[in-house]
Amino acid sequence: MSNTYTQDTLVGFFVACGIAALFYMALQVSNLSSYLDTSDTYTITASFDNSGGLKVKSKVSVAGVTVGRVSAIKLDKNRYESIVEMQIEKKFNTLPTDTTASIFTAGLLGEQYVSLEPGGSDEYLQDGDAIDITQSAIVLEQVIGQFLFKKASE
Amino acid sequence: MQIFQYLGATTRSGFAKLGRATFFLFHCLPGLIDVLQRPHLLIRQIYSVGVLSFLLITISGLFVGMVLALQGYYTLSDFGAEASLGIMIAASLVRELGPVVTALLFAGRAGSALSAEIGLMKTTEQLSGMEMMAVDPIRRVIFPRFLAGIFSMPLLAALFSAIGIVGGYMVGIGMLGVDEGPFWSQMQAGIDFYDDVVNGFIKSLVFGFVVTWIALFEGYDAMPTSEGISRATTRTVVNSAFSVLALDFILTALMFGDT
Repeated sequence: MSNTYTQDTLVGFFVACGIAALFYMALQVSNLSSYLDTSDTYTITASFDNSGGLKVKSKVSVAGVTVGRVSAIKLDKNRYESIVEMQIEKKFNTLPTDTTASIFTAGLLGEQYVSLEPGGSDEYLQDGDAIDITQSAIVLEQVIGQFLFKKASE
Repeated sequence: MQIFQYLGATTRSGFAKLGRATFFLFHCLPGLIDVLQRPHLLIRQIYSVGVLSFLLITISGLFVGMVLALQGYYTLSDFGAEASLGIMIAASLVRELGPVVTALLFAGRAGSALSAEIGLMKTTEQLSGMEMMAVDPIRRVIFPRFLAGIFSMPLLAALFSAIGIVGGYMVGIGMLGVDEGPFWSQMQAGIDFYDDVVNGFIKSLVFGFVVTWIALFEGYDAMPTSEGISRATTRTVVNSAFSVLALDFILTALMFGDT
């Protein structure tokens, strides 16, 4: 075969292109680059009356900046509350102990996320601490129900 | 009465064919040793199966991405959600269209060629000739092609998706004037590496396996006549398309069922 060398080169080029496409999808298209290394994070929990459509891996943000992700959502069997466990990046370790956690929706139909509002305390949240002041997810049906109820009573 | 006879015979020959195909698969697996000893056998097949499909796959991917952007835009703009164009294109390409359309094109481009090649080798008694020389044709001829198909398909599917996203970007940002920021950021927020990209990769691997297996078996099982080869080629494309679409449903139900 006289053109073996050309063939080898073309096969090499093809394989390189395929691998480049996979890398492209991993880094540019998917969220792999934003995955957190768990060794660089600390865990805080917050219990909500209702965590709505919050999911594992939903983002946790302070003032709109993503500082971590939700790692687990469990049910407190005694108080029937939803316990949300969050992994926060270690570099954001100056959250005051009286921080408020709220569940908001990004846009009208968007994903739900946890928003942290820092308070004024001098002490900071440590690994394993719990946030006391929380505001539940807004359930659209409840809001509409209340609105209709109010309209009817007028 | 004749209809029962016909049904029985068809069912039986169908099972017999499936059985032969399974034996064929196990028979060609030891060919791995031959491939490891002579890697150029594999390189040559990757060239004819993968590299020669490269242009078809990239151009098709580009156009599929461009069409997705156009069609998606008209629907999404009704809801004022043009910003979701990126995630729509990426999700449909990475999860479904990439593996499935690539497998269908692959069956048409590489699968039919493999069937015809093996079928003609059988018809011109090249395979029996190799047997006479104590070379196992299934190990020596079939297995490198099989491995090349399994190897090339995921790469081609990845290329298809990546180029498709670039095509969607060109039309969405260049032609339709969608904002570039949310196009990428919503895409990155919505596409999960393990759930979407890796599952799409696994899908394309399975499709590559199935399409190449069908193509090689149909070629090997062909009647050694010119009509037999033409039938084998047709059956390859038909059966591959059918299997890919049916398997896609099963794989999708398994992978994305609980999310």
